[in-house]
Amino acid sequence: MGIIRASRLIYDYIRRDEDDHVEEVSRAIDGLDLDIKAGDFVAILGHNGSGKSTFAKQINGILLPTEGTVWISGMKTTDESHIWDIRKTAGMVFQNPDNQIIGNIVEEDVGFGPENLGVPTDEIWQRVDESLEAVGMTAYRMKSPNKLSGGQKQRVAIAGVMAMRPQCIILDEPTAMLDPNGRREVIRTVHELNQKEGITVLLITHYMEEVIEADRVIVMDDGRLVMDGTPREIFSRVKELKSYRLDVPQVTELAYELKQAGVDLPEGILTIEELTEHLLPIFRKANAL
Amino acid sequence: MIREITLGQYYPVDSVLHRMDPRTKLFGTMVFIVSLFLANSLAAYGVATVFLVLVIRLSKVPFSFMIRGLRAILFLLLISVSFNLFLTPGTEVFRIGFLRMTWEGLRLAGFMALRLIYLVIGSSVMTLTTTPNELTDGLEKSMGFLNRVGVPVHEVSMMMSIALRFIPILVEETDKIMKAQMARGADFESGNLIQKAKSMVPLLVPLFISAFRRATDLAMAMEARCYHGGEGRTKMKPLCYHRRDTMGYLVYAGYLLAIVLLRHFS
Repeated sequence: MGIIRASRLIYDYIRRDEDDHVEEVSRAIDGLDLDIKAGDFVAILGHNGSGKSTFAKQINGILLPTEGTVWISGMKTTDESHIWDIRKTAGMVFQNPDNQIIGNIVEEDVGFGPENLGVPTDEIWQRVDESLEAVGMTAYRMKSPNKLSGGQKQRVAIAGVMAMRPQCIILDEPTAMLDPNGRREVIRTVHELNQKEGITVLLITHYMEEVIEADRVIVMDDGRLVMDGTPREIFSRVKELKSYRLDVPQVTELAYELKQAGVDLPEGILTIEELTEHLLPIFRKANAL
Repeated sequence: MIREITLGQYYPVDSVLHRMDPRTKLFGTMVFIVSLFLANSLAAYGVATVFLVLVIRLSKVPFSFMIRGLRAILFLLLISVSFNLFLTPGTEVFRIGFLRMTWEGLRLAGFMALRLIYLVIGSSVMTLTTTPNELTDGLEKSMGFLNRVGVPVHEVSMMMSIALRFIPILVEETDKIMKAQMARGADFESGNLIQKAKSMVPLLVPLFISAFRRATDLAMAMEARCYHGGEGRTKMKPLCYHRRDTMGYLVYAGYLLAIVLLRHFS
């Protein structure tokens, strides 16, 4: 059993009127089964309303399942006695960088998590130093968060989670409000944490470019898991992806169209280098004729 | 225009007073205020003046910053001085129509003015040398005893520090909404007071909605980082007294003693 496991997970958003009568039920997650291995970099893709953010909030017990179970390294999220252990194990980074920074100074914000856990003062400082170093924000430790760029704020938020020494980080569309530079900055940081510190990463996004280097890609649609595999496997199924209103990276799409037109190319090309590598011999052959 | 609002009035230099524990400074301000109300002779005010001048010197904050706060009480100062001057019974100095100015009034008005001015300058010294955050921390720690009578001290101070963090964000947002509304023809500047107040509605409604949304997000983020109230929480920067604080308390004690003695023997 992996670090995150969900079994027949169902979650309903229930809207009630003033007299507490159920007015409307909308099913956000509909029978999800999932098992994520420790140390993996997993990306979850899905259109708006596919249930991917709802699932993220299930993982650290912010939302609890309507039916089914979620386990985080063996602990059930419905078990109230473990709720702080679960949140410590699975840290979460949210979309809006402004609305998740609590401290008035960068280092104080990073220390917020350990303070809540009751970590002794000396160790808090040590953890804050390490976390800021890990996300490359040590130079900004005395700055006010309001003076930082979006990408830097998200890195501070990641450091804040790292300071709680989690085994796994869930990032809920961390780049949605950032410019391309900030986006690259954040994704690079997350990859580094995954490779150097062995942290399990669950990246929820709808930017295809961020998914290419993941170990595993999961596609959700309408509350269900619809595709699951390596990026190459997923992106070779261009038509299917489009039916879930998802785009594929430009290179992949070009390669797909070329293949449809009869060019001899393998499936699931992900990078420009890869495409040129496969196209060059074809051009040479054509020239030789 | 709206960006110019600054929070608190912290003046960042490095001085003994800046490095002092916020609790010491809070207590000192209280002692100073009490002493102003105990002082009733020229000599006592002399001692208070010496104390204040010394403290200002120690703080390394330019004097012009200290008297900035006085502008806010100028009107109050004028009213209280003139009332004291003309309405105190006693020996007459001169009269204009029905207004009589008395020697006693002169003396009382002088003391009153000094008292008010010193009050403002004294508390400015504290706000100029203490960051809002330190102040919140200091209040939380020194008001801790109120916890026992059911006052949620930790929660209140957490609210204060979050408010401090979000005020600049909300100010920026107000600016943005204002510009967006102006781009669509809203007019915030002309008209009388009532019209101006009315034109604020399309500004305040979106601002409030956004503030609530931010609050929900923030609450979730805090919970995700294991925030569960003040219980079992440790501090990254715990407050602790140093030698300068002990010195501070000793100076306060000496100062207060001098004022009390002067009151009894004059």
